[in-house]
Amino acid sequence: MSANARPLAGARLAAWILAGPALVVLAVFFAFPVVAAFALSLTDFDVYAIADLRNLRWVGLANYGALLSTPLFWTALGNTLYFVVVGVPLSIGLSLAAALALHSRLARWKAFFRTALFAPVVTTVVGVAVIWRYLLHTRYGWINYVLGTVGIDPIDWLGDPHWSMPSIIVFAVWKNFGYNMIILLAALQAIPDDLYEAARIDGASALQQLRHITLPSLGPVLLMVSILTLSGYFQLFAEPYVMTQGGPLQSTVSVLYLMFEQGFKWWNLGTASAVAFLLFAILLALTTSLLRLARGRGAS
Amino acid sequence: MKRLGSPLLVHLVLVLLAAFSLFPLLWMVSVSLMHAGEASAYPPPLLPASPTLENYRELFTRSGIARTLGNSLLLATAATLLSLLFNVGAGYAFARLPFPGRERIFRVLVLSLVIPGQVAMLPLFLLLKSMGLVNSYGGVLVPALASIFGIFLVREYARTIPEELLEAARIEGAGELRIFFSIVLPLLRPILVTLAVFTFLASWNDFMWPLIILTDQHLQTLPVALAGLSREHVQDNELMMAGAVLTVLPPLVLFLALQRYYLRGLLLGSIKG
Repeated sequence: MSANARPLAGARLAAWILAGPALVVLAVFFAFPVVAAFALSLTDFDVYAIADLRNLRWVGLANYGALLSTPLFWTALGNTLYFVVVGVPLSIGLSLAAALALHSRLARWKAFFRTALFAPVVTTVVGVAVIWRYLLHTRYGWINYVLGTVGIDPIDWLGDPHWSMPSIIVFAVWKNFGYNMIILLAALQAIPDDLYEAARIDGASALQQLRHITLPSLGPVLLMVSILTLSGYFQLFAEPYVMTQGGPLQSTVSVLYLMFEQGFKWWNLGTASAVAFLLFAILLALTTSLLRLARGRGAS
Repeated sequence: MKRLGSPLLVHLVLVLLAAFSLFPLLWMVSVSLMHAGEASAYPPPLLPASPTLENYRELFTRSGIARTLGNSLLLATAATLLSLLFNVGAGYAFARLPFPGRERIFRVLVLSLVIPGQVAMLPLFLLLKSMGLVNSYGGVLVPALASIFGIFLVREYARTIPEELLEAARIEGAGELRIFFSIVLPLLRPILVTLAVFTFLASWNDFMWPLIILTDQHLQTLPVALAGLSREHVQDNELMMAGAVLTVLPPLVLFLALQRYYLRGLLLGSIKG
């Protein structure tokens, strides 16, 4: 009995030695700040509180109330939703097209194409945002030059409030589509060949195979990829920070951009925490309802 | 699916997508080799008339970018080592060592992946301020110490180690820590490389946290410095492209060298829905 108990105790001790430090770090530098952020969002923490904590007051839900009646918050939320609603389907659509093309038996030089299409994913947002700012330049940019050859007048992409967000969306899609492409490609490779074999024997066309075998098989992976991309796109920040500074006319102020400005420019940490928590609440609600929707559909 | 489309269509799609992906990067390199003002022409030039390194020289001598390049290299390397130190043991413990509450703690960890990191940023800033770590390398590194994703990655991989191997070592009388260091760690090597590449790239590419925690120009990372430069030098197209090359090239080269490991991690990390 004791011969058995000692190894078990040893394993426990080893587990705490190996996992303990990471868990302590996560508790102190992640779990605690998250809880503190909620508490902070219920106070009027600002520059005066940074100078002297006695200036700190408990304000309950006042920060949330104030935010919901601030037009800029709704602008930021609207801009972020615009970015998400257009950007996520575009991004996943392109990932899927790329994955299908790469998976095709007809495709050659697959390794090269896969690497080429994935390359933007590992680049630094700030670095490539600088490139795109020049590609989008009104007078000397390549995009307007190419459009000019088919007779389209120059567009002030980043200076016109109607075009600033679409420009950032195209940039984000360029930067990100390779990521989901790799995941979808792996999912395509996991679909058993006999399914297609059977469909071919039944005389199903290529398009029918796509609709009735490929897409349904990808369903769960597409859902997962959508949720991950959705929550990633809600965290839009560096792109507008570098490319437009939130402008023109606040057309690219995102929720996190607002949080950053409130928190680290104006030092309204109470308000900024409320912004962060609203973002979290929206994300949580969207993710769980998407999952529930998918589960409901899967059951039927 | 496999017969959908002709070879022509498939390759047309691939070539167009590759052009879309690569053109901005190739053009960046080309413009970085142009003389000042050369790229501000219509139609925009594709290649430099006479390639020059003057932009790089200017960057290193005048803008102090060398210093920030060093900072970024140092911080990304330190973040990588710290991440290995904290996450590898934890990942293995969650996979293979029985301890009370293991499954429950792990479930909480995975669930908390839905919390956007930015939620923690404001109190973390205040916490680090009270510890005197604002505006220091330490402040940048704190969020990189342990990561749930890293623990998850190592755990998934460690679960494939055959139990008999560990059992045999236990029967021989080896202690658990000895087993970890002399048997498990060598077996985990591939996933250690994966974790290292992921952490290095994430740290190098990170923008928001270093922007917040570092105010001193001497300590800034390359992306933050580049963002600042690009606000000042809007017109200096060629100079900014040289800065972009410096920022973008190291992660690209690292990825190309260790692609296999990186893509494995990407797929392993996305299994969990």
